[in-house]
Amino acid sequence: MIEIVWFLNSQSAKVEVRKWHKSMAEDFTTVIGLEVHVQLATQSKLFCRCSTQFGAEPNTQTCPLCIGMPGTLPVMNREAYDLALKTAVALDCEIPEFTKWDRKQYYYPDLPKGYQISQYDLPMSSGGTLAISDSQDQFEPKQIRITRAHLEEDAGKSIHDEANGKADSEIDLNRTGTPLLEIVSEPDLRSPAEAKAYLQELKLLLTYLGVSDCNMQEGSLRVDANVNLHLETDSGSAATPIVEIKNLNSFRAVERAIEYEAGRQYRVWQETGQKLGEAPKQTRGWDDAAGVTRGQRSKEESSDYRYFPDPDLVPVITLPEQVAQVKASLGELPAALRQRLTTDFGLSEYDAEVLVNQGRALVDYTLRVADLSGDAKSACNWVTQEVLRVLKEQGRSIEQFQEQSVSSNDLAELICKVKSGEVPSARARELFDVMAREIYVSFEDKLSFEEVVKSLGIEQVDESELIDLCKELLGANPRIVADVQNGKQQAVGALIGQAKQRNPNVDPGQIRKLCLELIEQGFGSAE
Amino acid sequence: MELLSLLSAGEITSVEVTQGYLDQISAEDGAVGAFLHADVDLALSKAAEVDRRRQANEPLGRLAGLPVAVKDVLCDTQMPATCASRMLENFRPPYDSTVVAKLKEADAVLIGRTNMDEFAMGGSTENSAYQLTRNPWDLERAPGGSSGGAAACVAARMAPLSIGTDTGGSIRQPAGLCGVVGLKPTYGRVSRYGLVAFASSLDQVGPLALNVADAALLLETIAGHDPLDSTSLDEPLPAYSTLVERPLEGLRLGIVREHFAEGLNPEVEEAVRAAVAVYESLGATVKEISLPHSKYAVATYYVIAPSEASSNLARYDGIHYGHRTDISAMQAELATEQKAFLAAGDQIAVDNMDSPLVRMYRRTRAEGFGSEVKRRIMLGTYALSAGYYDAYYLKALKVRRLIRQDFDAAFEEVDLIAGPVTAEPAFKLGQMSGDPLAMYLVDLYTVSANLAGLPGISLPCGFTTSGLPIGLQLQAAPLAEETLIRGARMFEQATDWHQRRPEKKQS
Repeated sequence: MIEIVWFLNSQSAKVEVRKWHKSMAEDFTTVIGLEVHVQLATQSKLFCRCSTQFGAEPNTQTCPLCIGMPGTLPVMNREAYDLALKTAVALDCEIPEFTKWDRKQYYYPDLPKGYQISQYDLPMSSGGTLAISDSQDQFEPKQIRITRAHLEEDAGKSIHDEANGKADSEIDLNRTGTPLLEIVSEPDLRSPAEAKAYLQELKLLLTYLGVSDCNMQEGSLRVDANVNLHLETDSGSAATPIVEIKNLNSFRAVERAIEYEAGRQYRVWQETGQKLGEAPKQTRGWDDAAGVTRGQRSKEESSDYRYFPDPDLVPVITLPEQVAQVKASLGELPAALRQRLTTDFGLSEYDAEVLVNQGRALVDYTLRVADLSGDAKSACNWVTQEVLRVLKEQGRSIEQFQEQSVSSNDLAELICKVKSGEVPSARARELFDVMAREIYVSFEDKLSFEEVVKSLGIEQVDESELIDLCKELLGANPRIVADVQNGKQQAVGALIGQAKQRNPNVDPGQIRKLCLELIEQGFGSAE
Repeated sequence: MELLSLLSAGEITSVEVTQGYLDQISAEDGAVGAFLHADVDLALSKAAEVDRRRQANEPLGRLAGLPVAVKDVLCDTQMPATCASRMLENFRPPYDSTVVAKLKEADAVLIGRTNMDEFAMGGSTENSAYQLTRNPWDLERAPGGSSGGAAACVAARMAPLSIGTDTGGSIRQPAGLCGVVGLKPTYGRVSRYGLVAFASSLDQVGPLALNVADAALLLETIAGHDPLDSTSLDEPLPAYSTLVERPLEGLRLGIVREHFAEGLNPEVEEAVRAAVAVYESLGATVKEISLPHSKYAVATYYVIAPSEASSNLARYDGIHYGHRTDISAMQAELATEQKAFLAAGDQIAVDNMDSPLVRMYRRTRAEGFGSEVKRRIMLGTYALSAGYYDAYYLKALKVRRLIRQDFDAAFEEVDLIAGPVTAEPAFKLGQMSGDPLAMYLVDLYTVSANLAGLPGISLPCGFTTSGLPIGLQLQAAPLAEETLIRGARMFEQATDWHQRRPEKKQS
């Protein structure tokens, strides 16, 4: 059963979990659905003109509407809707012509109006999919169904300061009204690895679309996981009560929490035999330091949100032509891009994934290099091997790298010159490293490709020159010649080293080949 | 408008006009109680500013120098906006409502804030947390509501123009009971931005005045599309103040069969039928029509309006602004309770005690709201609760659509619908305070226009033998305010009911 492989391979499972994993391995499946809240990258809030900038002084990005003052009215930010629509279309969701806003009502100090404007029964999109796969084969590629994606406004932030025995809470309303897109998956995920892959793929998609910065530290991407177990017992199939896990602050936390929660639910199941429907849906918070989920007191006494249509807002009408227009403007998305890189550019699935996962800018860079050099394969190899290495070493972004150091033109030229032999391949990486090391403040300061080549003394060595050099070396090293003649071909390596010292532009392979040929022809043999 | 002509001709100054009304307020309002707040200095300095600018031949707004009273439910940065509630006793809005902004732009002199039922919930202005307002025609009687102060101040000549709001009849009903003109525009015609919401899908701001032409002028000043209100309509705005003087040719007047059922006071019925006869004499054809779903209007209204109110009033929680209960008293109360439970060994009661936050909410709202507001919050909360939503709220929405369809069909056949505003003339103060249901039924003839989003006007059409005014209500198709005011003006020009005024009151 593929579903439980993650569990057996798990390295972080607690000791107590390991004790009984064997007995459970045979008889349950972990069923996971994820709710992801994405903060959309708008300049202003969903229903007023306040800034959405993160990190400002508390309560400085507010207006009478954010504070829920009487008489204020919400006006929809069209940009937020457009970003949401773009995402929903990219997730292959159906976009209904008619969508409306609803009020979700509950009392909490960080919710100044006493209700959150959200979407209830007629969301702006539903029924999409997101494909996930794993190049390391932890699970089979699969399609995860998206139940719906809807827009809503964020609440404020409560800071509970319980130090010194004080129970004061502070409220920051800067976040109030920030546009969130809630993306709800069907319970199609079967392991923490799948859950993580889903989140990574979703984040990548959102990044490609430019709809969110997906910064988890700043709360731009928040995840809640709904988890339960499906069990095969002697008396038939059963399921454990669904638990919603909150406070998941990283993808790693999502993986660990689901792993823990599956084990916990199995233990509870063994103790109580409690099934789905026999206990209410529970909310548990993930304690990352302790590595456990803990029961949470629900925010409100009751979960009756008394949803009803918000009479202050008008429905949004989206015609099929608009959806088609959005679809046409999406550009190439990660899945299609990976596909093209493997089929058209001959990259391995792993390389394609590495490249695509680095983001649109790096892919664009690669494609430009491929286009300019006419050698896609080399372009991909240079980027995945050399460019990525340098970016990692230097901690620079591809945008900075191409602006300040090696433009796509430069790299394409390097590839072409190596191909034509103008730059000996032996010195290509050295040349690249020099170019990559330089950080030019302005374009005028930048050395041209030729200038760098010149400064390194790189030049083509013609064959007669090489033959002369080999002859000279063989003449000066009769012992090596003798060794080769006695069958020790590797002895020629020492000559390559000497050749490179004499002229760094020589091609080691060619030196080796020429030396062996000359020895074969009897050159340098003792008379 | 005569006063405006005198002002623009320089025959009288705004300071003189404003001082005249302020004097009238001093003389009359002690008895009437129409105003909650008046800033004499602010009004006079605005009047002086207008006079100065007029002298200097600077451009002036449409209402330059004319006093206008505003219901205490529209935000104005220079005034309190209490909504006649303890909850907002010390609330000072940091922004102007669009209507107030337009009045300021028109150089009106905002003379004071008028009394109302708390959060506009009620039909007698008796639900004000601060004071009673009395009907200028009979001080023992209610002015109607919720815009009771707005109607009474015009009736008692304490302001030439005033702004009210109408959610279920709150402009037309007090106008009718006080013998003045009150107009509720089409939903979306006037911006709700800065109007403290009672029921967002029903609330409309509108003018009250001594005659139709003045009401038309004030409507023209405050109406129009507002990007700050998503529900405001982006439709062309006719020049009501000039069009008002053009009588309608070939007017088709509808009479609703259901309006003349039992329960209608005979004197009111007689006055309304006489008004219809006036129209006939002016060349109108009269047609009897049916609004079969109108009998469900009050029930529908009292599901939808409280539902929205329960949500709109959730924000008054003592956290960010407005009234908050005394925190140390609240904490002491909790401590005493806990001590008593512990002494009794009742751990369950201890566990079930309110958290300080919940107790703060409960005490704040218990103290800040009056009983009618609480009643409606409870009604609405119930109607929106899981398991009841379909039976109440959703059903009400469906009936609301049917009511609108009745009107749509009717307006295929007629241009205006004429009928009573209320079944009875002004009732005595306290008469219905023990009977909320009877009070709700006062809205019988007015709520349908709110549910259907139509414009309606109330204008004087007679008096009872005891001297109480009787109102005629006209309703028109959505956005047909022009038909409404031209039709109303025709009647007004043919009659003199609007020229009568109540006797001077002793202060």
